[in-house]
Amino acid sequence: MRGQTQEEQDKKPVARQHAEEPSAESCAGPPPLDLAAVRARLQSKTSTQYWRTLEELAGDPAFEELLHREFPRQAPSEWDDSVDRRDFLKLMAASLAFAGLSGCGRMPEQHIVPYVKQPDGLTLGKPQFYATAVPFGADAIGLLVESHEGRPTKVEGNPDHPSSLGATDAFAQASILNLYDPDRAQTVTKIGEIQTWSEFLDAAQSLAAVFRATQGEGLRFLTGIVNSPSLAAQIQTILTLYPKAKWHQWEPALGDGAREGAKLAFGTYVNTVYRPENAEVILSLDSDFLASGPGHVRYMREFYGRRKLPSWKINPLADQLPPEMRMNRLYVVEPTPSVTGATADHHLPLRSAEIAQFARALAAKLGLGGSGKVSPAAEKWLDVVVQDLRKYPKRTLVVAGEQQSAEVHALAHAVNAALGNVGTTLYYTEPVEAQPVNHLESFRQLCADMAAGKVDTLVILGVNPVYTAPHDFDFTAKLKKVANTIHVSSHFDETSQYCLWHVAESHYLETWGDARAFDGTVSVVQPLIAPLYLTHSAREVLAAFTDKPGVSDYDVVRDRLKAANPAADFDKFWRKTLNDGVISGTAFAPFSVSLKFTPASLPPAKESSPDELEFLFRPDPCIYDGRFANNGWLQELPKPVTKLTWDNAALVSPKTAEKLSLTHSIPSRGGEHGQVLANVVDIALSGSKVTAAAWILPGQAEGVVVLPLGYGRTKAGYTGTNKGFNAYVVRTSSALWSASAPASAITKTGDDYPLACTQYHFNMEGRHILVDATLEDYRKNPNFAHEHEEAPPKELSLYKGEAEFPYARDKWAMAIDLNSCNGCNACVIACQAENNIPVVGKEQVRRGREMHWIRIDRYYKAQSPTNDPSSYNQSLDNPETFFQPVPCQQCENAPCEQVCPVGATVHSAEGLNDMTYNRCIGTRYCSNNCPYKVRRFNFLRFQDWETPQFKLMRNPEVTVRSRGVMEKCTYCVQRINIARIESEKKNEPIADGAIVTACEQACPSQAIVFGNANDPNSRVAKLRAQQRNYSIMPELNTRPRTTYLAAVRNPNPELEKA
Amino acid sequence: MAQIFHRSTNFISRFSVFSALFLIGFGVLAAIGVARSPYMTRQNITREQPVQFSHKHHVGDDGIDCRYCHASVETSAVAGIPPTKTCMNCHSVLFSDADYLEPIRESYRTGKPIEWVKVHRLADFVYFNHSIHVNKGVGCSTCHGQIDQMPLVFQANTLLMEWCLDCHRNPEAALRENLEDVFNMNWKPPDNQEEIGKRLAQERHLRTTAELTNCSTCHR
Repeated sequence: MRGQTQEEQDKKPVARQHAEEPSAESCAGPPPLDLAAVRARLQSKTSTQYWRTLEELAGDPAFEELLHREFPRQAPSEWDDSVDRRDFLKLMAASLAFAGLSGCGRMPEQHIVPYVKQPDGLTLGKPQFYATAVPFGADAIGLLVESHEGRPTKVEGNPDHPSSLGATDAFAQASILNLYDPDRAQTVTKIGEIQTWSEFLDAAQSLAAVFRATQGEGLRFLTGIVNSPSLAAQIQTILTLYPKAKWHQWEPALGDGAREGAKLAFGTYVNTVYRPENAEVILSLDSDFLASGPGHVRYMREFYGRRKLPSWKINPLADQLPPEMRMNRLYVVEPTPSVTGATADHHLPLRSAEIAQFARALAAKLGLGGSGKVSPAAEKWLDVVVQDLRKYPKRTLVVAGEQQSAEVHALAHAVNAALGNVGTTLYYTEPVEAQPVNHLESFRQLCADMAAGKVDTLVILGVNPVYTAPHDFDFTAKLKKVANTIHVSSHFDETSQYCLWHVAESHYLETWGDARAFDGTVSVVQPLIAPLYLTHSAREVLAAFTDKPGVSDYDVVRDRLKAANPAADFDKFWRKTLNDGVISGTAFAPFSVSLKFTPASLPPAKESSPDELEFLFRPDPCIYDGRFANNGWLQELPKPVTKLTWDNAALVSPKTAEKLSLTHSIPSRGGEHGQVLANVVDIALSGSKVTAAAWILPGQAEGVVVLPLGYGRTKAGYTGTNKGFNAYVVRTSSALWSASAPASAITKTGDDYPLACTQYHFNMEGRHILVDATLEDYRKNPNFAHEHEEAPPKELSLYKGEAEFPYARDKWAMAIDLNSCNGCNACVIACQAENNIPVVGKEQVRRGREMHWIRIDRYYKAQSPTNDPSSYNQSLDNPETFFQPVPCQQCENAPCEQVCPVGATVHSAEGLNDMTYNRCIGTRYCSNNCPYKVRRFNFLRFQDWETPQFKLMRNPEVTVRSRGVMEKCTYCVQRINIARIESEKKNEPIADGAIVTACEQACPSQAIVFGNANDPNSRVAKLRAQQRNYSIMPELNTRPRTTYLAAVRNPNPELEKA
Repeated sequence: MAQIFHRSTNFISRFSVFSALFLIGFGVLAAIGVARSPYMTRQNITREQPVQFSHKHHVGDDGIDCRYCHASVETSAVAGIPPTKTCMNCHSVLFSDADYLEPIRESYRTGKPIEWVKVHRLADFVYFNHSIHVNKGVGCSTCHGQIDQMPLVFQANTLLMEWCLDCHRNPEAALRENLEDVFNMNWKPPDNQEEIGKRLAQERHLRTTAELTNCSTCHR
């Protein structure tokens, strides 16, 4: 975000300089990571161990010392500044004197500006919620957007919407920042010159007049996936008006595999809808269906709904698990760990090419014919999976990944049909996309026509092909040949600079629209605010080419809906649609398709040499294909598995890293807990070269290098420009998702690059923090979570005892089910939006100063159940992964409260550790004394107070903090207060569920539950009563109110044995 | 060795020490005094408004209920400053050509809001909620004074945190038995208010002092 980091950088040119030259000799930190030593150390372990970073696992004493020190030795603690101590003290004395004087002033006069005519239904000071939807790819998530006197401030899920069910994902949460992004394009321009909208309309209409004569010869439209019925209808109208015009589609980060796979299997394009709630065994073939792709928010709810476990009493007579104790089981085969794979019961890293073989072998084992060549270890794994799949006829599910080939998708369809799953765990409908085509071919056709001079006018709607096109298409050169180019996009980006006209596009909260969800349900996208700038929607631009130029998008959407729903009382229907956010009954009915495919008919698979490296292109988990590059929240969001921020990196597996002798080191300077110096590599692929930082990722298949897309933007805005490396540069149309190259394609440059990784912050030192067990162990020992617990007597209290804090009425508590958390990050962004949390920038994250109130720790587990040392290598190359969200633990015996010299953090009668910003003087004693490291300090003024757009965005219910103030999770105390006041007005106790914290509300898997622990019927009290419920570090007697339900995995005993 | 200073200088040194202490003490007291003074709190200071709206006339003479204009006081955190439309409800007929109402008519004509000067201003980190106070029986005049006597509104109390806490520590003194009396500007506590207050606090499920004085009750 502009301003949020700019100011700080301007003030500290010295600090910035340091960042640019991370010379190795200036670092007095531990030596670079030695993977061989890690392996050796792993083998000497004899018990279970959890680890977060390779350095921690290596157990380097220098690294441990680094963690112990808040500010490592010889580190200039606060600022890398040229001001010495003496000058600093002088300055401080002067500023103290002035600060004292400024405190004497009266508060300035303020004005109250009421409405002239107050809108109906608005109560001043009370937020309103409007139903709308955020379109994304071939899905749309239904939303209820909070509006404060006309300013949308927060996005929540719409419980009535099928793809939301009340939850959202990180992208939807962060979309509010896109609305207020100050770098958005603000007007129509022609060759960079500001033009009026009517000038554009005139130009478009004169073009239209020409095309009417030529029937649209040379008129082309380029869009991404279109799942808006009204937009599609408009394009169709135009195509009938100009029969020779053509519509092309290019969605860079969504493969054609699913579409073409359906065509291969059924002879027609179909949409696949999964019902994970009905599946006992799920096999994912490189599919991240729980974190990306259409319907993932709903799939998460359904999938983790099958993993909520009740309390369990040992019954020696029963040897079968009772039904409520059954869990589904997830097997994942994938080349690089995804969120779905990280939480799987069994995870098998295979190269992308091997996954096709694996799918063939799976089909063969199920008697469908064909054959696949897999390694003996994978075959053993596959045999067990097949056995398990056969155990539950009609109740299993095989999911193929978005980036996988058509062949794998077709095989998955065949396997699902063979297992009888169609109709129970998945069903087919007509496509959600308005016009399913092969995007690569469609785009290739466009490029060929452009090269041949057949394109006279190109209208590009919303996409950024100059940045995302495969480099062999040489799109930029071809675009320059087109006479008339019109680009409609939210930012003036890479494509806009080569286009004649640029129309600033309205945000989805500024304009009318409609969109289909993953199951076909139609929602009307309702605006909450008039466009902030002179922006227009794609619908308005298209209308300029029809015979109704100048028609508003409201009319376009309404007319389309009227035509589709000839209800007697349309106005009533329209109002109901806007109120509900969904049109009931518009979900596509399942339709039956017949399989026209046998695995044996597949051509023989290409052999891939194991000596070659496989380069995979994947959308970035935080900024996707680059469209969110200028979103500071998403840039600073630690990526779910790697925990990197502000950068992408070439991900390599530990074994490949050893082969290529890649490593990284931790410099110790200026408290830079988050800084990792990674080796820089040159990657030469298909005649092009890119320079990237390399990151070692445990759990990745050997020989696989992942190049995340979306970074290296050259014209994204202040936040997104020149971050990371651009993987599109080495991506070609023939190797869109994976490219093979000999190991020489990757060469070390000898340089190091500083990456900001949050997993090095706030290390908890291997204490008893994360607890997990297998379902089998849980059955035998329901009390496993408390085995190592050492709880001191309750009387040992820092307070005068219960008498002082009886918590008579309400006792707020939060329970987080680690069984349901897959680290998807929705809660982190929801918290950031709700609580006005600033973005600090890469420079500050490197120093461990990120401000997120809730962090998600990612743990790997190193275990050798059979005490067989060879399995430790497995721990490094394919570790079990766990996620643990850590907000403030709201201790009953809070160590932070005891050390505050000014009483800025005090205990509330309901047990909250209240943080009073206006008392805080920034001693940071509280943070020092917090065993959970959940307090965040505003080292600088991270908030942007000047940019007017951000003033509109902030939640008026939460104080905007300034420099020098400590802050932390408050359990959304503003929401508690509002609910308390409303219930007290009615003289009723606060009902369970009346208070929903922002993280809880966003969580798709309902892993977070908040409520009153005093009410035995509340959901949280019931969870706290479970045996799995444990608190972190109970030996400290802090008695946290935030507790965790231990993770229970459901591994297959057959595979454990093997 | 001879003494450098004569014994009589002892007085000067003692005097200097004590007067220095006195001055420091006075300085501290003065600072505290200034911070609480009406100069700083703007207590009892009337403000010039774009239209010299008289609460004395509208409330005291005409008897218009508080809630006619401050419509959200019972339901929302803010009592609400009325939109221009509310003024025009009457003034399109009454005094419809009075010069001093021209800003109102202009606002209504042009759609540009009137910018009133804020009289009761709390710091930005304070989250006061009108509705809960009104619903529990704390009257308008308890905090705002006798608005019906004010031609131009001024702040009748200091609005300092200690003033808020006085009541949060002892809310019984402010609770009015009849909830309609909340809007009665002339309400005086009856002689047995202490007794009534205690009963009302129980009946209306008031939170304990410990709960009412949590930091997070007002700051978040």
